[in-house]
Amino acid sequence: MSFDPAFALSILPLLARAALTTIAAAACGYAFALIGGLALALARLHGPVITRRAVAFALEFVRSTPLLVQVFFLYFVLPRFGIRMGAFQTGVLAIGIHYAAYLAEVFRSGFQSVGQGQWDAALGLGLHRWQCYRLVILPQIVPPLIPAFGNYLVLMFKDTPLLSAVSVPELMQTAKLIGSETFRYLEPFTLVALFFLVMSLISAVLIRLAEVRFQRWIAR
Amino acid sequence: MPPLAFLEYGPPLLSGAVVTIKLALLSEVVALLVGFVVGPALLSRWSPLRVLCRCYVELFRGTSALIQLFFLYFVLPQLGVDLPPVTVAVLGLGLNSGAYCAEFVRGAILAVPRGQREAAAALGLSRRDQFRFVVLPQAAFYAVPPLGNMSIDLLKLTSIVSFITIADMTFVAYQINQTTLDTIPLFSMVLAFYFVVAQAIAFAFRRAESRLGRGMRRVSTLP
Repeated sequence: MSFDPAFALSILPLLARAALTTIAAAACGYAFALIGGLALALARLHGPVITRRAVAFALEFVRSTPLLVQVFFLYFVLPRFGIRMGAFQTGVLAIGIHYAAYLAEVFRSGFQSVGQGQWDAALGLGLHRWQCYRLVILPQIVPPLIPAFGNYLVLMFKDTPLLSAVSVPELMQTAKLIGSETFRYLEPFTLVALFFLVMSLISAVLIRLAEVRFQRWIAR
Repeated sequence: MPPLAFLEYGPPLLSGAVVTIKLALLSEVVALLVGFVVGPALLSRWSPLRVLCRCYVELFRGTSALIQLFFLYFVLPQLGVDLPPVTVAVLGLGLNSGAYCAEFVRGAILAVPRGQREAAAALGLSRRDQFRFVVLPQAAFYAVPPLGNMSIDLLKLTSIVSFITIADMTFVAYQINQTTLDTIPLFSMVLAFYFVVAQAIAFAFRRAESRLGRGMRRVSTLP
């Protein structure tokens, strides 16, 4: 059996539609992970002692258990508590929580890298705590963290095929369906692999560009 | 958690746990072998080897592990290569983690101070011996923390073998869940299992780091 370009071309529209689902899942999951990660990092640094300990343990727990098991857990457990969500929403939630745990550590390392003097100066100028974060601390910590954020975005993107376990119609699931219907696995899987490869390479370039831009912006 | 659930699901889950640990260990061996061969090759002076290894690393890091597993499982038989599922799993997981491992090893080699190699050269060691006796042992120390993370990621990654119907921990739990729908105790046990094993791996690598670090500190405090 060899690669059949005509067949590959014929399944392209189906895969393109599935690619949109994959991208949507990654985008929603990442937005959730960014917000959740920031909130968790703040809770981990500034909460009461009990909250801090609990959050630290929860982060460690989420990071050292497989995403696939977490997807299953949410998919089967949430309906028990009356929370009915589609497979896509559950998948995005699972992937968002998983990566929020990673991004929280990234944010935390950023916050800890800011010197006390920055806080003293900002508070001395009469800024509120929230204004300090927004105007002084966050603009300083985000640029150096961009490579880390980018890496996790790429990692998360490559984890979206796991959502096929709860039959979210993303790329992997679609490719597998095409394969089982036509008994041709080579073409769909090659196209999916190419898609992910190209997306990873593009993101690598974009991350490099963003890094350079932000450094220039900081230097200004 | 009711003790009944533990008694009922314990034995099948335990057999799944054995499969998971076996797979994790075998793929770890493959990943380390690949990483410690390809990693130095990424820095080779011979460009064809360097380019070939770079292609391998980018290909396996750029596509998802699940796709690689499916390629080996579904496509290879159609090309006439029929491997048993466990071999597919070990190969797929090992080659995927091996690509990451190679990058860590490469980074660790570059982290060894230049002076070490120069000193070895001044002592008359051949290029090969400089690498074998001076650079590599130190690089191994620098590589320990990232390799610890890789090993935990690899443990978590083994859960995807349930997609190719290998009865690992995740697969067994999923199967039992299909008939009993006793999700909470079942998956709590599974999550706890992965958590405990991951902590054990982290502990082992911290020990390895301090063990390897002893010699490093002695060397670095010499006048």
